[in-house]
Amino acid sequence: MLKKLSMLVMGAMTMTATVSAQELTIATVNNGDMITMKSLSSDFEAKHPGISLKWVTLEENILRQRVTTDVATKGGQYDIMTIGTYEVPIWGKQGWLTHLDDLGETYDTDDLLPGIKAGLTVDEKLYAAPFYGESSMVMYRKDLFEKAGLTMPKEPTWSFIAKAAAATTDKDAGVYGICLRGKAGWGENIALLTAMSNSFGARWFDENWQPQFDSKPWADTLNYYVDLLGNYGPPGASANGFNENLSLFQTGKCGMWIDATVAGAFVTNANDSEVADQVGFAMAPDNGLGKRGNWLWAWSLAIPSSSKKSEEAQKFISWATSKEYSELVAKNKGWASVPPGTRTSLYENEAYMSAAPFAQVTLDSINAADPSNPTVQPVPYVGVQFVAIPEFQGIGTAVGQQFSAALAGNMTPEAALKNAQRLTQRTMKKARYIK
Amino acid sequence: MSSLHSRSLARVALLPAVSLLLIWMLVPLCMTLYYSVLDFNLLIPGENDYIGWLNYEFFLTDPAFTESFFNTILLVGGVLLITIGGGIGLAILLDQAIWGQNYVRLLVLAPFFVMPTVSALVWKNMFMNPVNGLFAHLAIFFGAEPVDFFSQFPLLSVIVIVSWQWLPFATLILLTAIQSLDREQLEAAELDSAGPWSKFVYLVVPHLSRAITAVVLIETIFLLSIFAEILVTTSGGPGYASTNITYLIYTQSLLQFDVGMASAGGIVAVIIANLVAIVLMRLIGKNLEG
Amino acid sequence: MQKTQSKIIYSVLAWSIAFLIFFPILWTVLTSFKTEAEAISSSPSLFMFDWTLVNYEDVLSRSPYFLHFTNSIIIAVGSSLIGLLIAIPAAWSMAFAQTDKTKHLLMWMLSTKMLPPVGVLIPIYLIFRDFGLLDTRLGLVIVMTLINLPIIVWMLFTYFKEIPKDILESARVDGASLGQEIVYVLMPIALPGIASTLLLNIILAWNEAFWTLILTAADSAPLTAFIASYSSPEGLFYAKLSAASAMAIAPILVMGWFSQKQLVRGLSFGAVK
Repeated sequence: MLKKLSMLVMGAMTMTATVSAQELTIATVNNGDMITMKSLSSDFEAKHPGISLKWVTLEENILRQRVTTDVATKGGQYDIMTIGTYEVPIWGKQGWLTHLDDLGETYDTDDLLPGIKAGLTVDEKLYAAPFYGESSMVMYRKDLFEKAGLTMPKEPTWSFIAKAAAATTDKDAGVYGICLRGKAGWGENIALLTAMSNSFGARWFDENWQPQFDSKPWADTLNYYVDLLGNYGPPGASANGFNENLSLFQTGKCGMWIDATVAGAFVTNANDSEVADQVGFAMAPDNGLGKRGNWLWAWSLAIPSSSKKSEEAQKFISWATSKEYSELVAKNKGWASVPPGTRTSLYENEAYMSAAPFAQVTLDSINAADPSNPTVQPVPYVGVQFVAIPEFQGIGTAVGQQFSAALAGNMTPEAALKNAQRLTQRTMKKARYIK
Repeated sequence: MSSLHSRSLARVALLPAVSLLLIWMLVPLCMTLYYSVLDFNLLIPGENDYIGWLNYEFFLTDPAFTESFFNTILLVGGVLLITIGGGIGLAILLDQAIWGQNYVRLLVLAPFFVMPTVSALVWKNMFMNPVNGLFAHLAIFFGAEPVDFFSQFPLLSVIVIVSWQWLPFATLILLTAIQSLDREQLEAAELDSAGPWSKFVYLVVPHLSRAITAVVLIETIFLLSIFAEILVTTSGGPGYASTNITYLIYTQSLLQFDVGMASAGGIVAVIIANLVAIVLMRLIGKNLEG
Repeated sequence: MQKTQSKIIYSVLAWSIAFLIFFPILWTVLTSFKTEAEAISSSPSLFMFDWTLVNYEDVLSRSPYFLHFTNSIIIAVGSSLIGLLIAIPAAWSMAFAQTDKTKHLLMWMLSTKMLPPVGVLIPIYLIFRDFGLLDTRLGLVIVMTLINLPIIVWMLFTYFKEIPKDILESARVDGASLGQEIVYVLMPIALPGIASTLLLNIILAWNEAFWTLILTAADSAPLTAFIASYSSPEGLFYAKLSAASAMAIAPILVMGWFSQKQLVRGLSFGAVK
């Protein structure tokens, strides 16, 4: 162990003294799949000896801040950036990204899942390659459901979820029927609540960009959420994001958890999860109105148009999002750890489907999400769990704060909705969407 | 002869520091003033029209503004109170004869060296988390309900974390000041049968006034722009309960890359900070002389 | 008798409080040796667990710790030394050739710290981009020097004021030039104050977590960026975060402890009489 440690130290020190022909600076999020990509990148460097890689790994919000500032000011600090289906439509339209037209003959862009590909394409040009894609789904404890005498349907309704949450809650044993995101943030609780609201028939804005928080569907959504999580959720839910809920579920404290499909790999991993063999999966719930509460997101690799190394950058992007990369990960870490949700071929691979019990629901969820028609009523925007306008980050986070406060019991859902309506209207007025 | 020489020499000696700081202050300040009257959003390339006071109006009429203003005052005041009050107490304690005085001082000093983001993360995840945190475990051990600190007491939690970071600083300054207290005066007061409380009020506190002033001034400068701790723990919420002016600028403008409004917010923050400084100097500035 | 009794009471009290204050740091270091599952277990233990080095291994293999470490040292020490170079003449001038403008000058210098960095983020970023200073250690050294200069000047000023003027004047009478006066007479006497000012600034620059995150990318990122990459990834991370934190604060903690005496002397701000 000590010898391994000292070798690592030696390796780390030599890492600082590398000089090479072409250097690509890559900005990534500190998610497990990206960290895996970084650790396997020696494979890429071996195949392309003239290119060396430099990494900037940061937490999502800080990364987004830096990358956006850089791309908007043409700072030129990064050659490859990890961005999501939120940024690509906006930046692609601005001309800030390089069109990906040179990904290689074996790349097969038609293999990309149609919903994901559509989210990364602007005016028929692909501006980012998906690294992993996700939707949202229900993860539940088969043993707790059995104990309560319930069976989870493949496509549950929200009223069933409420019933099941009540039946599986056992506060004395520290088991809470439902765990949901409550932490404030446009990518945290608002992602969940927006997707949920779609299934309740609500929308963020009407066709004239008027905020709709004063509508009945939004009231229904928020009241349902606050009641459900307040009665059957864990304490401190209003501060829980993805990570906190993940550890709650893995330590057996949640009866159900509705969140990103990527969690499927984590909760069934016997190394980290105490309930790895007891997890079942179902589609995100709906209310029979035609839209389910599941979202669509893909972390993707893109090249800022200010980069002078787009040729080499495309080579890397091609490597990292190719079929061969999936096989590389499978060889090193097992099929269940392959980055999910990007290619149809992955879901036709028997080895993968048998190693990943969450795969089918993941695929169905991704295919069921439609960013260009996310809501029951028509809307002027794209995006399932977000609104692809630049102002959304600020508005989403501020509204998220209000909803989080409602969950924490610091204000009533009515007050939260009223505040949300008012602050959104203010910002939309300033941004000249409405008069 | 020598005094004239040294007078101009003195001016020259000041030159590098003053000119650098002048540039550092003026350039960003002018740019900020300039941008604050423009409609400049980084994500919306366009004309960047002149819009006069609109950014300021928007920033100041934000319903969150009043709450953030008071939160800022509460935050600074709360931390000052805890660190100076606690600092005086600790300083007196550490001044007594105790074993291993140096080691005790070492332990008390440690929090000041820790990165603000690290302290905030440690407090948030390992102590205050209502399910996995140490406080939660302690509460359950004693049969009580774990408290959800960041939802129920957001501002207070931030105050606690920041105070923990700054307590060593205050303690150290006050301890050295106490150690310079004239022992003879204290003994004379005892002979005059002065109790410990009146000794404290009439001898110790006045002597410490200069040190306290220094602590207040330095801490206030840093406390007015607390940012990292809020970002990492509560993100300003729930609602706006733990948002201060600096964080408000971040959420209202920077998060949307609205440079115009961020600049306006920055100017407002400067004005507030200067007002606070003027008030402080009036109140306690005399203590620094001599 | 009385004295020993009170010594015992005070010692117990002092040690308990000191332990409580130090506890978060201790807990972090201990957690860094636990497994992730152990780190969030519902019955945490103080010492009775399986000690492991796996977190340190993970952290070292995932990030270029030594690159960040070197950057932190260069930026913190570099900016403090340069700051001292600029500040010593200024503080000398203000302490020994005091005019009625001096106090205002001091307050003005402090006021340059009042513009919150969030407000000037983009303007500074644009300037740095235009000068090619983005993601360079030089750029960061410049920024750190400028933001801490007021503190350095102020601390040196109050310390210099303690020094009796006569010593300097007698040197002048003996024919010393300004340079000689500063180097051979002032500095030896003021050395403790200068040392502790230097140390305080190294600490402040080391911990600065705003500009160091905004203006750096891969080359010049110091330890603050290193920590930011562990703050909330997907999946369990408490133990790894503890290991990363321990590695980020260890150098400065060690340095601070060794120089504790100097720090105390200088931090007293001339309040010691």
